[in-house]
Formats: sequence, C-alpha cells, structure tokens
Amino acid sequence: MDKDRIDRIIDKHHCEASSLIQVLLEIQSENHWLPKEALERVADKLQVPLTRVQHIATFYKAFSLVPKGRHEIHICVGTACHVRGATRVLDTVQDLTGIRPGETDLDLKFSLQTVNCLGCCALGPVMEVDGKTHGKMAPSKTAEILKNYE
Amino acid sequence: MAQINTPAELEEFRKGILSKRDPDKPCVTLCSGSACNASGSTDVAAALFEEIEKQGLGAAVDIRRTGCHGFCERGPIIVIHPEEICYFNIEPKDVSEIISETIKGHKVVEHLLYTDPATNEKIVHESEIPFYKYQERIVFGSNSKIDPKSIDDYLAIGGYSALAKALTGMSAEQVLQEVKKANLRGRGGGGFPAGTKWEGSRNAGGEIKYVIVNADEGDPGAYMDRSVLEGNPHSVLEGLTIGAYAVGAHEGYIYVRQEYPLAVENVNMAIRKAEEYGFLGKNILGSGFDFIVKVHQGAGAFVCGESTALMTALEGRAGEPRPKYVRSNVVGLWGRPSVLNNVETWANVPLIINNGADWFTKLGTESSKGTKIFSLVGKITNTGLVEVPMGTPLRDIIFKIGGGIPGGKKFKAVQTGGPSGGCIPEELLDLPVGFDELTRAGSMMGSGGMIVMDEDTCMPDVARYFLDFLTDESCGKCVPCREGMRQMLKILTDITQGRGKEGDIELLEQLAETAQEAALCALGKSSPNPFLSTLKYFRDEYEAHVKEKRCPALSCKELINYYIDPSKCNACTTCARKCPAEAIIGGKNLIHMIDQEKCTKCGTCFEACPPKFRAVTKISGVPVPPPIPEEARTIVRESKQK
Amino acid sequence: MSDIILQIDGKEVKAAEGMTVLQAARSAGITIPTLCFHEKLEPYGGCRLCIVELESRGSTRLVVSCVYPVEKNLVVRTRSEKVDRIRKMILQLLLAHAPDAFDLQDLAQEYGADKNRFEKEPSFCIHCGLCVRYCAEVKKKNAVGFVDRGIRKEISFIPEIAAHECWDCKECFPLCPTEALQAAFVLTKALAFSSPSLEFAAGE
Repeated sequence: MDKDRIDRIIDKHHCEASSLIQVLLEIQSENHWLPKEALERVADKLQVPLTRVQHIATFYKAFSLVPKGRHEIHICVGTACHVRGATRVLDTVQDLTGIRPGETDLDLKFSLQTVNCLGCCALGPVMEVDGKTHGKMAPSKTAEILKNYE
Repeated sequence: MAQINTPAELEEFRKGILSKRDPDKPCVTLCSGSACNASGSTDVAAALFEEIEKQGLGAAVDIRRTGCHGFCERGPIIVIHPEEICYFNIEPKDVSEIISETIKGHKVVEHLLYTDPATNEKIVHESEIPFYKYQERIVFGSNSKIDPKSIDDYLAIGGYSALAKALTGMSAEQVLQEVKKANLRGRGGGGFPAGTKWEGSRNAGGEIKYVIVNADEGDPGAYMDRSVLEGNPHSVLEGLTIGAYAVGAHEGYIYVRQEYPLAVENVNMAIRKAEEYGFLGKNILGSGFDFIVKVHQGAGAFVCGESTALMTALEGRAGEPRPKYVRSNVVGLWGRPSVLNNVETWANVPLIINNGADWFTKLGTESSKGTKIFSLVGKITNTGLVEVPMGTPLRDIIFKIGGGIPGGKKFKAVQTGGPSGGCIPEELLDLPVGFDELTRAGSMMGSGGMIVMDEDTCMPDVARYFLDFLTDESCGKCVPCREGMRQMLKILTDITQGRGKEGDIELLEQLAETAQEAALCALGKSSPNPFLSTLKYFRDEYEAHVKEKRCPALSCKELINYYIDPSKCNACTTCARKCPAEAIIGGKNLIHMIDQEKCTKCGTCFEACPPKFRAVTKISGVPVPPPIPEEARTIVRESKQK
Repeated sequence: MSDIILQIDGKEVKAAEGMTVLQAARSAGITIPTLCFHEKLEPYGGCRLCIVELESRGSTRLVVSCVYPVEKNLVVRTRSEKVDRIRKMILQLLLAHAPDAFDLQDLAQEYGADKNRFEKEPSFCIHCGLCVRYCAEVKKKNAVGFVDRGIRKEISFIPEIAAHECWDCKECFPLCPTEALQAAFVLTKALAFSSPSLEFAAGE
C-alpha cells in the first residue's frame, strides 16, 4: 500500500492520536491487511510509539498483520450457534480447508476466522463467506458451498 | 432544508409532514435489518420495487424498508398497512402474488400468513400473533413503522418532541430528576441507576463532560442494541442529547462495534440529518444548548464493552480496563466526568420525558422498572427479539412468546447475562425477569441475551465454551483473569474430553474465588459465573464426566460414539452415502456398521438416518458393542422370501 | 496539606492526600508483597499480589493497594485468611511459568505455594510489565511492548530500535522477576529473525 494512500487516511482523521484505531480500521478495510510499513508510517505521523501501534494491531481482532486469502470464511461461534452445533461445522470446515481459525492457506485462497456473533441467531449455525451469509449450516452442507469458490 | 429553530417551528414542520401522509394509503413495510438482509430481504425489496413499477402503482402504494421487527425466525417479514396484514418468510417469488391479491384485490394470501401451532388457525393481524401479543414494545415497536434512513418518518411518529420539551420546557436539573424518579436502570449489564450516574457527573466539577453510547454489544447471541441502532437511530440520538443537557456535556460519542456495518451507516446518516435539521449542533431549537456527536468504531474486542476499557479505546489505546476505585462518571474519558450508558437505556429516555416517570414506573417490578428487550435465541421455536415488562415470568417468555423448544425436545436451561451470567434451570422458570431476581438466582440480566438450551446441551461444555470465549477476549493485564482462566479452561477442556480427575472441581472453585475477589474488572470478576451456576444446578453432569467419563447429554465428541443399532438398521444406505469420512461399512440389504477408527463424530449419519428407523444412536460411558458377525448382517426382506 | 489518618494492621498511619494504601503502608514500615510495583513507574495493578482487606461500613472487600487511594478512617488488613489464600493462588499461577524464579521463591515459601500445582507453561513471562513500562516511562525508547491479548499476550521487541539500543542498555533485565529469560529469548529472536510483517504476526 503506497504512502500517499496511508497519508490521506491519516489526514482525514486530523492526525489525532486518539483516532489511531479508526485510522488502522480504514487501512485494514482498503488493504485487507496491515503491512509493517503502514504501522511505521502511522506511528510516525501520529507521533505515537510503534509499540503502541503494534499492541493495538495485535490486540484487536479486526486487524490482520498477514495478507488474507481471496475468500474470507467466518464461522459464527456465538452461544446461540454453539448450542445449535457450530463446533461440528467449524471442525468440518477446518478439515476441508486444511487451516485453523486465524490462518490462511498456502494458496492464499481461503482465510478462516471465527466470529463471536453475527446477530443472525435465527439462522444459526451461520457461516459467512465474503460477506454472504449462509444460514442453517450443517457439516454436510459445507463442502457444497465451499467448492463454488476459486 | 432550513434548520428548525424553535419548538413551535418543529410542530409546524411535523404537521406539514403528517398532512402530506394519508393514513389510509396502502403501505408495504419490509423488514430490512441485518438479519433479514441475510435471509434475502434485499432481493425481496428489489422485487417489490420492480413489481410496483410494472403494475403502475408507484403513486398509489408506499414501500417502506424498516428496521428489525423482531420475529427473526420468520423473516423476511412484510406488513401491509393500514390493515396490519402480516406475511412471513417472504421470497422474491411471493411479491407479485402479494401485490395482485392483497394490494389490488384486497384479499389475503393464505399460505404466507402465520399459522398458530396450537389451533392450526391462520392469523392475519400482527397484534393477534402470540409472539407479538404478549409483548409490550414501547421501545422496539417503532422499528416496524419507520425507515431508519428517513428523519421525517421519525418526526411523523412524534420524534424529537421530547427533546423540545426537555431543552425549552425543563431545566437540566428537572430532566435529571425525572430520569431518577423513573428509576431507569442500565440496560447494558450493570443495571446501575442511570439517574444516579448522571447526577454524579452533573455534580462533578469542570466544564468539559462527555456522554457516551455503548453500542459495543459483545455478548454472543445478543443483538437487540444493533436492531435499535439500525432501526431507530434517532431515538438513541434524542435520548443522548437529552442526557447531555441534563449532565452538562457538549460532546457525545457513539462507540459501535465494527461488526455492525449497517448500524454504523444508519447512525452516521441519522447524525447528518439531525445536524441538517438543527437537532444537533449549536443552539438546538433555540435553547442555547450546544451538542455534537461523533461515531467511533470498535475493532473486535469484547472487553471494550466494559466502560473503562471503552473509554480507553476511545482515547486510541488498547482496551485495557482501569480500576474503578474512582468512578468513571467522575474521572472518565480523558480524565473528565463521562456518562456511559447502553443503547437501550438511551432509547428509553425520550419516552420517560414525554410520558413522565410515573407512566414508566407503572411497568415492571418494585426494583426493575419499565421494559427490557431480550434476544431469545438457541433451542427455541420463535427466535427473535422480544420486549416485555420487567417482572414477566421466564416461563411466559420462553413458552408463550417463544413457542417452546422445537423438535419435541425438553427444556434444560436458559442462559442469561452473556459470558458474565449463568444458567437458570427448569425449576426456576417461574422467576419474574428483573435485575435483582436474576442475580439472586446466580445469573444476571446482562445485556438481555437469553440462550435457550435443551436436553442435548452439555452443561460442562457450556462452561468450557464461555471460558474459551473469555480467555480469548480477556485483555490479559491481571493475573487472576489471564492465568486463572487459562488454568480453568485447561481443566474444563480436560473434563469435557474425558481427562477429568478427582480434585478438578475443587481446584476450579478455588480459581473461581481468586478471579471473583482479585480480578481487575467486571469481565474477570464475573468470568467464573457460567462455571459456578452450571455446577450449582447440574453438578451431576460434572461428576458423570469426571468419574464415569460419560456425557449425559451425549454431546462431548471425545466421550461419545456413534453406533448403528443392528435391530433398527434397514440398510437404506443414506448414512453411508453421506458420511464425509467414508466410515460406514454397508451395502444393499446389509446392516450398516460404523468404523470407529475412521469416524470423525461429525453427526451427519445421525441427522441423515430417516426418523422411521432411528437406527443411528449416540452412546457414552459404555464401550461400543462389538460388531455383529458377517453372516448376521444380511437383511432378509419378507417380501422377497415370498 | 491535609493528613489522612487510616488504620493498617491495627496501627495508626498518617498519610498525605493522593497517596496509595501501599505507599502509606511502606511509610509506616509495614510490608505488603508486590511484583509489578516499582518506585520509578506509574502503579500498574497487574499482579494483584498487593491485595489487602478493607473494612468500611460493616463489610469487607479486597482492593489492590498499589492503586487504591487513601481515605480517612480506612481500616486495612494486610493479612487475613482470604488474602493469604488468594496470594497463594496467584503465586501458584505464576510459578507455572517460572518455577525457579528467584523473586518468587521466598514468597512461595511464606504462603505455602506449590510450584507443581499447575502444569508448566511454555512462556516464562508473568506480565508484570516492568520491562515495557520502564522502557516507555524511564528510558523513553519504547523498544519493547506488549502484543495480543488474553492468554496469548506476550512481550515483543521492535527489531530496529532494539538493534541500536538494547544490547548496550539491558536496564530492564535486572527488573524482571523471572530473570529476564523470556526477554532475552524474545530479543534474540527479534534480532536474529528480523523479517517483514511476519515478525509480529499474532498466533506464532
């Protein structure tokens, strides 16, 4: 991600240190991950220690310090989905993709993440792929859905 | 749009809006909250607009995309006004029938109506459907009437009249006293009296004060704040502004979790519109009161729902809570007096100002006034958002409104209060819902999440689940929480995976005490609650796991085996075909067998076996019966013998 | 400057306004065990070892003395059955990380803490934060910080800053209650395997 894009985002938030999280959220949203250079630039312009930026980039789950796959799979493991069998869905997806939550496969095809409630409890268990919600999931249905993604 | 500068101008403007709206004009409202969007309401909306256009009804019919209606199990939902005809589970293909039959033909479409499961009768009107009938939707009810993106819709139902009354007809002190008199207690978890919190800030010194909306809603299974913020953002803004006036704050923050993009979008739009109309900014409605609001997004940390951690996050830091020895309403954001309240708490404020504290206190119990919105989820027939007066028995919420447990299963427990709460068992179902009542039973109200569990839910696993959640979400600063929960999770995982041993439960109890007494914040202090409450009411399950290596609920993967009962198997081959691990040995007319070495316990065969056979069973605590000999596996069909 | 009078372990103690209970106790020669406390640093309140029992209005509760401000007529007990029980558990939880740490041995003996109560954990770090806070507040270099949260929280050095500063400084090492074993490991790793973003990717 080039420096100008980062600078523009920082300037939009008036270079305020208190907007650190908002700035990083925008960079993450545009770039899908936070390269080290971005963290260093933000630390520099906002005049905050790099350790603080680093702590925030790793403390909050919204940020990724490694590139994400082409398709992001989110499995809801909120209590309502858990009670309806989300663990079995997660296990099956792990087997199918070969990765665990927080990881990306070697082909950079899928990134897997668990989320703690998408608020679609009526559809539980829920699996979201690239923002599209798939409800009433069962282990047997996962392969069918995932094979549609290149 | 010229700004509205006085209460009189506001009323004029409101009259103007209403005069242009014909209450008898057909209006099709479509629920367009995040959950219904996930169910396809965006496609339904597109179909609606297309059909109306096609039939040339553009001028004759209004379409209104509203926020969440609450009956999420049956979404997308369409309600046709003025008749209040309610249609459920709408798909794009139903739209043309609705338009021709109901809008043009004035007839109901039977197959889209709600069927009462008890009487099998069809019910036409929303207010007669049991799910809605037994609720008291003073806060949530407006959702189905307005398009959240339209400030005029909000004005049409009386919006911002409370603001005008407070700012120009009452003193700040009077506003505060009214909220105090109403005994409005925080709807986010603490249940702390809002009026007292406001008073603390009002009396604290200094010119700069803040009011904050906590829209971080991290409890898994709870999404009422999202639905209020998405569906009626102006009600929250109005309440916030009134609160700011009472406290003497001129700057407000709305902290929304970033996992709620539609709520972020709608609240930002509402702020822009409110500024345009003059309900935010300088000299609001000519009162001389200035107030601005900023939106901050969360970044994926449950702990930021804790008030001091939220303020730390607003300051651009990692959300580590601070000790509450000096309360944050005195020393809060940037060290200034800060009033933080939950979305639902703020949304109640305009109602209290407009209708009075006396009206509010008529609802509810002695110590818990007003209503509460609950998210009724899990093993329940009518999943959705439910608003009832405080004091309503849990049994009514779960059975009368919720429709009971699906699949003919037996109720086991209802978990309230999120990860800080506990489980309420069957024997306590007549408990009236209220802050103190739930706390006395070993749980808490929390934000209002109600996860219903049935006979298939393993309670030690529920405790393990919450501890897993909390160890991930803990900020990690203090030892009792970080290290204490680390060890508690290990022990509970061992218990659910068959490695539990004597002394485990006692050690868990000691770790629980350490966290409750010495942790830094409410997350840590309440982290043992799910374990302690499940131990209190379901101790037998813990003992079965530890002593017999048996899971009574037949849920813990490592403690169960799937086994095909040879006397019931009909060799229909369904399970063998569906098994993702190819672990089922069988064929035509051959009784099927599961190869336990290959079985991944995914449960697909269990779901797949036809109900008339029910041959696939789960066993626990006993060894798997040895396979029957090869010769005995052939099924001889009677018809073939003849 | 008004003097605040409080009672600690039955002894009357005079303290200045703004002091913490820990400072007041120390000024009166009363010992309260600490791990994450350091005179040169802002009180942290992380280890919770300095908890004391407070009695007010007929009820008792536990508070962390290094951050709790003194109030007049406070009745403080630095030892009690409950306080001791909790300190013992805290020590046992820490000993799972650093069973042979010098600073923990005397305390462990005093409170009867068993270093084998819990299975050993792979990381020596007990998150007292002394290294991070010292580098930020005293040296003002911010060469080391925290990453991640909850049970995955760790300390991490910034390779570029550490390369200039750390080997010649190492002032944080003697502060570490677990003999800086974790710090040394993490520092060496940071400098030896310094490569783009992967260095501080969470979940290593």
